[in-house]
Amino acid sequence: MPIKRIRIDIEGIVQGVGFRPFIYRLANSHNLAGWVMNTPSGVVMEVEGAAKDVELFRCAIPEHAPPLALISSLLIKEITPCAESGFVIKESGGLGNEVQIAPDCDVCSDCLAELFDPSDRRYRYPFINCTNCGPRYTIIKGVPYDRGATTMSAFPMCGTCRNEYHDPNHRRFHAQPNACPVCGPVLTLLDGYGKKLAGTPLDTAISLLKEGRILAVKGLGGYHLAVDAANDEAVRELRRRKKRDEKPFAVMSPDLAAVAGYAVFDEMEKKLLSGVERPIVLLSKREGNRISPLVAPNNGYFGVMLPYTPLHHLLLRDNFNALVMTSGNLSNEPISYTDGEALERLGELADFFLIHNREIHTRTDDSIIRVFQGNPLFLRRSRGYVPRAISLPPISKNVLAVGAELKGTICLTKGNRAFLSQHIGDLQNAATLRSLEDTVCHLEQVLKIEPEVVAYDLHPDYLSTGFALDLKGVPKIGVQHHHAHMASCMAENRLEGEVIGVIFDGTGYGPDGTIWGGEFLVGGYAGAARKGHFRTLPLPGGDAAVREPYRMALSYLHSVFGAALFDLPLACIAHVTADQRKLFLKMLERGINSPLTSSCGRLFDAIAALIGLRTKVSYEGQAAIELEALAESVCCDDVYPCHITASEGKYLIDFSPMIRVMVEEMASEKPIAEIARCFHNTVAVATAEICGLIRGENGMDRVVLTGGVYQNKLLTEGVMDLLKKNGFQVFIHRLAPPNDAGIALGQAIIAGRSFPCV
Amino acid sequence: MDHDLILLGHGSGGRLSHQLLDELIIPSLSGISVAGQNDAAVIAHDSGRLAFTTDSYVVDPIFFPGGNIGDLAVNGTVNDLAMMGATPRYISVGLIIEEGFSKKELAVILSAMREAADLAGVQIVTGDTKVVPKGKADRIFINTSGIGLFDHDLRINGCAARPGDKIIINGTIGDHGICVLATREGLDLQTVIESDTAALNGLVTELLKEGEALHVLRDPTRGGVATTLKEIAVQSGVTIKLQEADLPLKDAVKGVCAILGLDPLHVANEGKLLAIVAPEAAERVLERMRNHPCGVDAAIIGEVTQVSAGAVQMETTIGGLRAIDMLSGEQLPRIC
Ligand SMILES: [Fe+3]
Ligand SMILES: [Mg+2]
Ligand SMILES: [Zn+2]
Ligand SMILES: [Zn+2]
Repeated sequence: MPIKRIRIDIEGIVQGVGFRPFIYRLANSHNLAGWVMNTPSGVVMEVEGAAKDVELFRCAIPEHAPPLALISSLLIKEITPCAESGFVIKESGGLGNEVQIAPDCDVCSDCLAELFDPSDRRYRYPFINCTNCGPRYTIIKGVPYDRGATTMSAFPMCGTCRNEYHDPNHRRFHAQPNACPVCGPVLTLLDGYGKKLAGTPLDTAISLLKEGRILAVKGLGGYHLAVDAANDEAVRELRRRKKRDEKPFAVMSPDLAAVAGYAVFDEMEKKLLSGVERPIVLLSKREGNRISPLVAPNNGYFGVMLPYTPLHHLLLRDNFNALVMTSGNLSNEPISYTDGEALERLGELADFFLIHNREIHTRTDDSIIRVFQGNPLFLRRSRGYVPRAISLPPISKNVLAVGAELKGTICLTKGNRAFLSQHIGDLQNAATLRSLEDTVCHLEQVLKIEPEVVAYDLHPDYLSTGFALDLKGVPKIGVQHHHAHMASCMAENRLEGEVIGVIFDGTGYGPDGTIWGGEFLVGGYAGAARKGHFRTLPLPGGDAAVREPYRMALSYLHSVFGAALFDLPLACIAHVTADQRKLFLKMLERGINSPLTSSCGRLFDAIAALIGLRTKVSYEGQAAIELEALAESVCCDDVYPCHITASEGKYLIDFSPMIRVMVEEMASEKPIAEIARCFHNTVAVATAEICGLIRGENGMDRVVLTGGVYQNKLLTEGVMDLLKKNGFQVFIHRLAPPNDAGIALGQAIIAGRSFPCV
Repeated sequence: MDHDLILLGHGSGGRLSHQLLDELIIPSLSGISVAGQNDAAVIAHDSGRLAFTTDSYVVDPIFFPGGNIGDLAVNGTVNDLAMMGATPRYISVGLIIEEGFSKKELAVILSAMREAADLAGVQIVTGDTKVVPKGKADRIFINTSGIGLFDHDLRINGCAARPGDKIIINGTIGDHGICVLATREGLDLQTVIESDTAALNGLVTELLKEGEALHVLRDPTRGGVATTLKEIAVQSGVTIKLQEADLPLKDAVKGVCAILGLDPLHVANEGKLLAIVAPEAAERVLERMRNHPCGVDAAIIGEVTQVSAGAVQMETTIGGLRAIDMLSGEQLPRIC
């Protein structure tokens, strides 16, 4: 039988995920000799044996790789056999320079079985894990990834654990967070003053939750605030303490069967829910569900996740149908992740603290996904996905991109890989800014990236911009907000050349001094020209208009009716006092603190207010979310009129005719759901029309859709359908969020491309 | 935007102003660094120290409830001297008048200047008048320079804030800025908001009695309280933490700011000072202020918390912590 020897080089997430023991076992099972070891760029191995076995071995690698492994390249070379015998795992060659760190991961089925097996030595041990599961990114302090460089370094392994750790045949071989009740972390239950409670922490915590108390629970990437989701009183109290009136709370259920009791899900949603990343998935509510209506008021969806730590499994199984699990923070502050900080900051929020002594090194919020046309659409890409790389078209420099302001993320690049960070939060306070600084520092360190260029948003007031401009000794590039959105969508779709970008979002700084947000750009990474936009209107009161959508309704109405707007019989006007009316008219007429905006998000706000749905919002995007939900409740194909004009080489959409008709319909008491639906249709039709006009000029038929407004399924679907029907190729986000959390990715490629490739 | 041109924002007193100063004006006129970031230069000479400052007034409108460009010009320069702990003594007046300006209005402005000078106890000792063709200036611009003397050895300076210090303001914020805006834009307000323009040297004399406990004095004019505190936080290398609930604010100003979407912390004042004092002196300073006509609404609004680089934060009434920054030039919406 012919003997063959091959060398295989593998790159990707192949360290710290049980890859070498997997190869070891695979080689032994095929009677192959040779060795495997970690390298700076991944894993390398040589195997030798019967040609047939070598072939089987080669094919089995991608097919049976450990669940956490992600192979990005696999290179095979045939070499001369050297009559070796036996297979060994060699010590690492060099430091893990290029190695990619694995994200955190749900408990695997093997560990889960042990967790609930009374005969197992880790029976009900909340920190059980193995090479195939458990914490990664959140506990890693540095590289190379081994126990000493994680927060598990505080726990020396007992003899039994150490044996597992060193046994290549054991599934805990080199499982860095390996632990057991003898040697590993332990739970503690504290009261609101930080005093330790007697009794078994877990059992007591469960009874307290059943009594309706609020518990801060230390998880993987930070603290959750937990209450029984079926208990109205408990949920109401949580809302009161968190000062969060309406923004939906996420819930966690023990298994899919429990979820099925209150929400509906399809195959894709099921796959996402039960995947190792364990994101929060937005699911339509089931009629007659038993979840407290206060969990997600005025909203058609529940944000649902399944347990992802052993502790979650222990809390939920056989105890709760669903727990509210909302991030443990004060409104607008980063999620708490250290015990001291949690006690101090959550002391007034939580009655009790279920904590443990395994430190969280990197704060990481839960990811949020919505399924769109059978594929995931990220609203937040964080725990479970970070720091997995996104492949970029080639760029020549390593970049640090600091993102925008809302939903802050940063992005580091190396070669053609982009590392988009976890969710940092809205960069509107010192605490979040500090979190951004920590994230930059940590990611640079663990990914071993020294940025050669820094990219930032052009908005002079963004804290991220200030942070970037203060960095010394590295060139900096300001990137226009919507150009960054467009490039983000192009990059993840690996598009080259020039495309049409239809960027719909709330606000972004425009180079002409107006606030952009309903934009048609044409171009690529090197630059983009504004070929069209919504007609600009005053944004009365700037930021105040974002918190109070009725201001934008006044602006639209003023553009059509002038001062007579206050004679209209509309609910959104009724609450404005006579004094305020005078002030508003002056503001609109004279442009006092009323910058001009072409924002699409603000148009959604205006319409939500105009039809009386919502005059003020208590969280970002609320008006648009409720408008979409309302529109989805009816079917209607009507389209409102609007004016499209061309001037100075740009197309302008003027929605005045639509506003006029809407006001008439409001007077004749047309159902507002139908108005909301027709409004969505109108935006889609106008969008497709502009794209057609642009194609008429330059022949381009590729369109990217990006910006926060595309979190709206109904609109995205409407726009996509029309564009496709008209022969366009349409690209949307699948890897990065369409909202500002994806901005850093776009900034990164634009900055990386602004230097010639060498 | 063309980066080679001076924008209106460069004159706002906020971040763009600081950039222009740091990048062009100070490097070009190196001698000016004597003044550093303080309100006036303190010059040492044979017979002791003196404070010297200058300021130009281009306010539109020139007449407004509570004052006019004349008393504003005198008070502003008096205050800049007083904020260094100096006793304002001599003032110069430069007038740039547009052709066609009314003599009667000029007379009103001049008498307001005289009256303000008398009240503040300063002498107008020299001056200059220029008339420019119609359209080359907006009615009248006034420059005032001032000299103040020291009768003590205290060093009142923007870099002297220390952790633990209390931050005290002598009254309600934003009155001047909103008053001028309302007058200029013809806002027909139910309650007339008056400018707070006033000379603060009398109040400062009271505060100086605290001696070493008085660390920083600064008048939060253009750019408002936020910009001034940010400057101090940077100069002193400390963090400043404000309590939103403790900020003195007239209801009328609050209401107008709410509708206009303006942050009162960024609105200009012309008769306010921020005193940063040792904690043990805070209550006494507050008492002294409240007993003075310029400080009846005085309040402790925050404290210096820790030694870190130049941050200003505010604990909001809903319990969050908000980063406070300088006015960047124009107030732009920040929410995406
Ligand atoms: Fe955006
Ligand atoms: Mg001054
Ligand atoms: Zn496992
Ligand atoms: Zn052990």
